[in-house]
This record gives sequence, C-alpha cells and structure tokens, in this order.
Amino acid sequence: MSWINNTLSSSIGRKIIMAITGLFLCSFLVVHLIGNFQLFKGDGGLAFNTYSHFMSTNPMIRVAEIILVAGFAFHIYEAVVLTRRNQAARGNQKYVVSHIEQNSDWKSRNMGILGSVILVFLIVHLYNFYYRYHYEPLPFDSQNNKNLYAVVMTSFQTWWYVALYVLAQIALCYHLLHGFASGFQTLGLNHRKYTPVIKAVGYAFSIIVCAGFAAMPLYFFIFKS
Amino acid sequence: MAGSNPNAKPMNLTLKVWRQKNRNTNGQIVDYQVRDISPDMSFLEMLDVLNEDLLRKGDEPVAFDHDCREGICGSCNLFINGRAHGPEAGTTTCQLHMRKFSDGDTITIEPWRANAFPVNKDLSVDRSAFDRIIQAGGYVSVNTGGAPDGNEIPIPKEIADRAFEAATCIACGACVASCKNSSAMLFVSAKVSQLALLPQGNVERKTRVENMVAQMDKEGFGACSNIGSCAAECPVGISLENIAILNREFLSAKATSNNLA
Ligand code: HEM
Ligand code: SF4
Ligand code: FES
Repeated sequence: MSWINNTLSSSIGRKIIMAITGLFLCSFLVVHLIGNFQLFKGDGGLAFNTYSHFMSTNPMIRVAEIILVAGFAFHIYEAVVLTRRNQAARGNQKYVVSHIEQNSDWKSRNMGILGSVILVFLIVHLYNFYYRYHYEPLPFDSQNNKNLYAVVMTSFQTWWYVALYVLAQIALCYHLLHGFASGFQTLGLNHRKYTPVIKAVGYAFSIIVCAGFAAMPLYFFIFKS
Repeated sequence: MAGSNPNAKPMNLTLKVWRQKNRNTNGQIVDYQVRDISPDMSFLEMLDVLNEDLLRKGDEPVAFDHDCREGICGSCNLFINGRAHGPEAGTTTCQLHMRKFSDGDTITIEPWRANAFPVNKDLSVDRSAFDRIIQAGGYVSVNTGGAPDGNEIPIPKEIADRAFEAATCIACGACVASCKNSSAMLFVSAKVSQLALLPQGNVERKTRVENMVAQMDKEGFGACSNIGSCAAECPVGISLENIAILNREFLSAKATSNNLA
C-alpha cells in the first residue's frame, strides 16, 4: 500500500487532506452555530441545557465527536508539516527586499498564524465548556439538566473572556475568507461557472458564521451582566 | 508602443545588487551608482551600462542571465525591488523599461530565492530543477514514420486555445520566486494541463502527472497555499485554474493508475 502513503505524503496529497478536513470543520461550524443559537431563546437556558444534555449523551453524537477530533488533529498536523516544508523551501537566504503584499492577500499568507489563534481559543474553550461539563460538578436547572447555560452566562460576564472570543472569531473569519474557497481550489474544483459562486458563498459563510458566534459573548456581556 | 522620447531626461540611479562569488559562499548587497540612463533602455541594457563601468574600473561585472531579450526564453530572471521581474505586471525583465523608474531611485536587485534554485553567481541561478521535472514527464510520445496530416486529430478550438495558453509558459521561474512557499505548482500545472487537454498527451497522461509531481517534491519546492502571487507575477499570465487541473489530474491518476509505488 505504499502508493497510498506516497499519495498522502506528497505536497498535493497533504493539501488535499487539509482541504477535506478544513471543509469538514466548516460543516461542523454550521451545526455548532445553529445549536448554540438556543442561547438567545430567552427561556433561562432550558432549551440550551436540554440540547447540551442530548449532545453529550447521544451515542451517534459521540461517534461524530470522535470524527470531529480526528478532523482537527489531521488538519493541525498537516498544517504544521506543510508550513515547515514551505518555509524550508525558500532556503537560508531570504529576500532582502520583498513586496509580496503587492501581489497577494495578507490572510492567504498567514493561515498558520490565524490557525494558531484559533487553536489557543479552542483549548480555552474546550476546558471551559467541554471539560467542566463532563468532569466538574455543575448545578442543575429546573428540568434536571446540568445548567451549562449558567456557566456560559458567568463566563461571558468577564471582559477578557469576551475579548478572547471575539478575537478568535475575527481570526476564524479571516481563516475562512481565504480557506473556504481555497479548499475547493485544492480539491480541483475550479470552474469558470462555479468558482465565482464558491467565492461569494465563502465570503458570506465566513462573515455570517463568525458574526453569529461573536454575537453570543457580546450578547451576554452587554445584556445579561 | 511609444518610440524614443526626445524629451525624456536621462536618470541617475542607485543600485543595490546582490553579489555572490559562487554556490558555496555567502553573498551580500553591494551599492553602485549608474549615471545617464535613458528611460528608453530596457532594464538589462541598464545593467549592461553598469557592467561596462565595472569593467572599465577593472572590477568583476555582475553576472545575470539573459538570452533572447524579447520575452520568450525565460532566462532574464531578476527580483527587482521586492517583485519578480520588477514592478510591471505581465513582463519579463528584458521587457521592463527604465521609464518605469524615476531619476534618483534606489533599485534593489536580487536573484530568485529558492532552495531548489541555487545561486550560480551574483544574480544567476541554476534552474535545472525545472529541466528535471520536464524530463520526468513533460513530453509526449510520437510515432516515427510519415508526418501526420495537419487536421487528422480534431481538437475543438476552445480546448486548443486553453492548451495553447498553458503552453505559453516560458519556464522562467517567477512563480517560484514570488511564492511565499517557493512552490513550483504553477509551472508544473501549466505543463500538465497543456498535455492533459490535448489527445496527444493521453498516452502518458497518468504517469506524467505522477512523475512530475514526485520530481517537484524531490527537488524541494514548497506546496501550494492558493495565495496567488505566482499568477499575479507570471509574465505570460498562466492562471490558477491550471493548478486545480493539476490537482484533479494527480488525484485521478493516483486513484486509477497501475503504479503501486
Ligand atoms: C474550526 C476551525 C478551522 C476551520 C473551519 C479551518 C478551515 C480551513 C480551510 C477550509 C482551509 C483551506 C484548505 C486549503 O487551502 O486547501 C484551511 C487551511 C489552513 N488551516 Fe485551517 N481551519 C480551522 C482550524 C485551523 C487550526 C486550529 C489550524 C492550525 C493550528 C489551522 C491551520 C491552517 C493552515 C496553516 C492552513 C493553510 C494550509 C496551506 O494552504 O498551506 N486551521 N483551514
Ligand atoms: S508559470 Fe509563469 S511564472 Fe511560472 S515558469 Fe511559467 S511563465 Fe514563468
Ligand atoms: S532574455 Fe529571454 S525572456 Fe528575457
């Protein structure tokens, strides 16, 4: 099976893994966003807590969770391998004068930095909501579900926490402003009829999704504290 | 094209030129002054003036590559003020005219920088990595015998035009030089899609893309991040669509070829 190994470790193969995992993570973002919109329901968090209970106990969701973790792991692993290889390809002597900003976008050249901001956020985020939900004693709400809504509320009353969330969403937005359309291009899906549509959808997707996530901490900080 | 302009004033310029003895030594930027440069000169003619000055003074002239001086051979590769082939889009260095600069300007001139393109001397780099990629698969098999009829193989005009566009790549390496990742994907994609679009390329279609990509990786070029510097700096306007074609060709060849390695 060395041909599979050779395919996946080639420069194009690695990029294809990045693209598949990246677009898969985009689909996760949609589900995560729609579910979390229940925070805005104004029912003291009952619907959100029911949803959280379902998400952390349903066996199908647990399987999806493993796939999601694998998606992140591969995306991050390939990001590190590719970024290092790409940096080495220039050689020891860099350009003394470079005006790369005149021929390309900042976001497309800094996917690694943007991704790293997302990663830092992810660690804090998982500790605060995932770890605490599963492994720390939490109060229960009136329907006897763990009251994650209360944790969300107290977290988002802390200014630096809100700032970190908003910053991470800005980074994610820029990551996707390039990444969404880039993923299709990597998969070879470039066509003069569809590529302009993919680019427009990618822009709308990045802005709507990231604004939606950023609205949550801002809502609690401004209206609930 | 405007002819020579009698009112154009000659310019005096400061050049910051990368000087490097050979592959095994470190280079550095050296400052030179050139005087009375006509705006109608090409960039290479301006360097000729510098070299004549240096020779008169008994100094070593600056080594740089050039051949056709009309934009077709792809050898005049200079990184000028932070851009491959200088500030003007869609030109090689030999087609860049000094009227794009102004009297008193400082111009920094460096060689292409990529691990796969070692510096021979000063501004001249070794691009034989490109030759090895072409040798790995950038060819078609042709039967010997009588010359075939001109229109024996029908090719739709739209396809022929797209293949021709890809075929205009002059292998200059500006794509590698301008890419943050020193990626050769635009160059390789131009050759692969040119031959994938045409029936003549069908015989080696799968082995070609497999072998050319393997050689590209072996030479130490980076991967593509879809940044687009390459297409923006390519003197003949090879488009990013070719890279998508390359990726498709690569995936389908890997999935269906009989090559188990
Ligand atoms: C929800 C989180 C994320 C999503 C939705 C996402 C999505 C994407 C997409 C769609 C691409 C384009 C793939 C391509 O160009 O073919 C991409 C590229 C990239 N991602 Fe992510 N990503 C996420 C998190 C991360 C993280 C945590 C890191 C790193 C620590 C990261 C690093 C990168 C890098 C470096 C690239 C560019 C690779 C290249 O073109 O060379 N991403 N991402
Ligand atoms: S693709 Fe363009 S920039 Fe790259 S080698 Fe060919 S002509 Fe030069
Ligand atoms: S010298 Fe031939 S392209 Fe410039």
